[in-house]
Amino acid sequence: MGSGRLYTAVAAGGFRRYATYRAATAAGVFTNTAFGIILVYTYLALWDEKPHLGGYDQAQAVTYVWLGQCLYATLAIQGGGFEKDLMARIRTGEIAVDLYRPADLQLWWLASDVGRSLFQLLGRGVVPFVFGAVFFPMALPGEVTTWAAFAVALLLAMVVSFGIRYLAALSAFWLMDGMGVSQAVMITGVFFSGIVLPLNAFPGVLGDIVRVLPWAGQLQMPADVLMGKTDPLGAFAFQAVWAVALLAAGRLLQSAATRRVVVQGG
Amino acid sequence: MGERGTLLEGLRAFRLIAGMWIRSSMTYRTSFVVTMAGNLLMTGMDFVGILLMFSQVDSLGGWSLPEIAFLYGLSATAFGVADLVLGSMDVLGSRIRDGSFDTLLVRPVPVLAQIGADHFAVRRLGRITQGALVLGWALWSVEVDWDPVKVLLVPLMLVSGTVIFSAVFVAGAAFQIYAQDAAEVQNAFTYGGTTLLQYPPTVFGKDFVRGVTFVLPLAFVNWVPACHVLGRAYPLDLPGWAAFAPPLVALVCCALAGLAWRAGLGSYRSTGS
Repeated sequence: MGSGRLYTAVAAGGFRRYATYRAATAAGVFTNTAFGIILVYTYLALWDEKPHLGGYDQAQAVTYVWLGQCLYATLAIQGGGFEKDLMARIRTGEIAVDLYRPADLQLWWLASDVGRSLFQLLGRGVVPFVFGAVFFPMALPGEVTTWAAFAVALLLAMVVSFGIRYLAALSAFWLMDGMGVSQAVMITGVFFSGIVLPLNAFPGVLGDIVRVLPWAGQLQMPADVLMGKTDPLGAFAFQAVWAVALLAAGRLLQSAATRRVVVQGG
Repeated sequence: MGERGTLLEGLRAFRLIAGMWIRSSMTYRTSFVVTMAGNLLMTGMDFVGILLMFSQVDSLGGWSLPEIAFLYGLSATAFGVADLVLGSMDVLGSRIRDGSFDTLLVRPVPVLAQIGADHFAVRRLGRITQGALVLGWALWSVEVDWDPVKVLLVPLMLVSGTVIFSAVFVAGAAFQIYAQDAAEVQNAFTYGGTTLLQYPPTVFGKDFVRGVTFVLPLAFVNWVPACHVLGRAYPLDLPGWAAFAPPLVALVCCALAGLAWRAGLGSYRSTGS
């Protein structure tokens, strides 16, 4: 009973921490909107050249762009969420304090990152999306059930995103310096999540591969659920399988890592 | 005389500070090589995106892949050089927040030189390398009736483009003195700018093109002169001489950015706590 309240409090803390920086949030909204405009024009040109690319019409391609900008910070697609803090704590040894706490390490950071995600969604994601909907033709569903399914897909996407970055953060137990790993998170995240181009539009075998990797659960699945391009239950299953696999791997790695911790001076 | 002295002193200070950061980054050689390779891969992602698009179509906005690669190479290389020289400007906001900006002000060295060379990162050569590779491939594969003027336009575009992007960085730094936390706005103009110039002007809406021609004159980095080289119609039916305007535009941008920077410095108040 108590633990539910604990993790809710941690999530609320994560939410409030990011909510503190209002000017930075406004700046993020501006930047995401600017990039959205640039991308929309390129996508419109691309779909002009090849209508129905990846099974999308123009309005759906436009929707995909603005959803991508909306979820860019929310899902920390190029990294930059909790994992930077966790890596720093591992490097400095502060992780020892975390391990003493009567809370589960993985759940603690998951709660904190979900709090951050929710703030980024509301504070940073909604405005560019609404801007896109006002100024460009978008394909948005009218039924409440579709939006509800989208919300579920989004929540699962947050967990998948966390799972990937948790594994990356734990690597600091062995590597100490997180620079290279952060870079890898960034490159793989940008390429495989479909922020550059919808994964549906990737050619041939490359397309078949990227569509089954965990990153497909981040942007592609919620987008397809929102636009009714896929069966929601199938999308949920795909995301849930990856979420569970990644969390389990994180747990395994965590137990291996914590056996290695040697606190300074001990 | 005095102005020139300040300029030389600034360049000398820049060289010394940058040299210090280079030596410090060379201490961890493996880390340096890895981050530079990562930088090259990361900045190449834009071009991979374009290649993915061209795996599905033969032209975008009526432009072929080599032509777009030409735009891309010019934009990425010019931006890369500006980013190498002044890209560290985005730490200015945090320096103002934690008060360490004051230290820079009391040193007998031009502040702009100190801020530009702050955290000078050689790994940014990754972006320049990647841009230059794409440009090299574009020059080799694009179909152009080269004449001396067109050949000269290429280095002219690179130099002017670098200066224009540098002016944007300086103006962005001046903006950060007012905005502090809102440093990310700058990214919309710097990274956003180089991204949009990687695509042909025909892709974008007319008002949008007007904005990046007359308000923030990024169009002169590559769009207008490249249209001349490729023998294409100029965006917005600009007159013929517009292709040779980039040096002039760069000069005006510098003057305006300089004014903005002075105004920003003049209005600086320390953290106060």
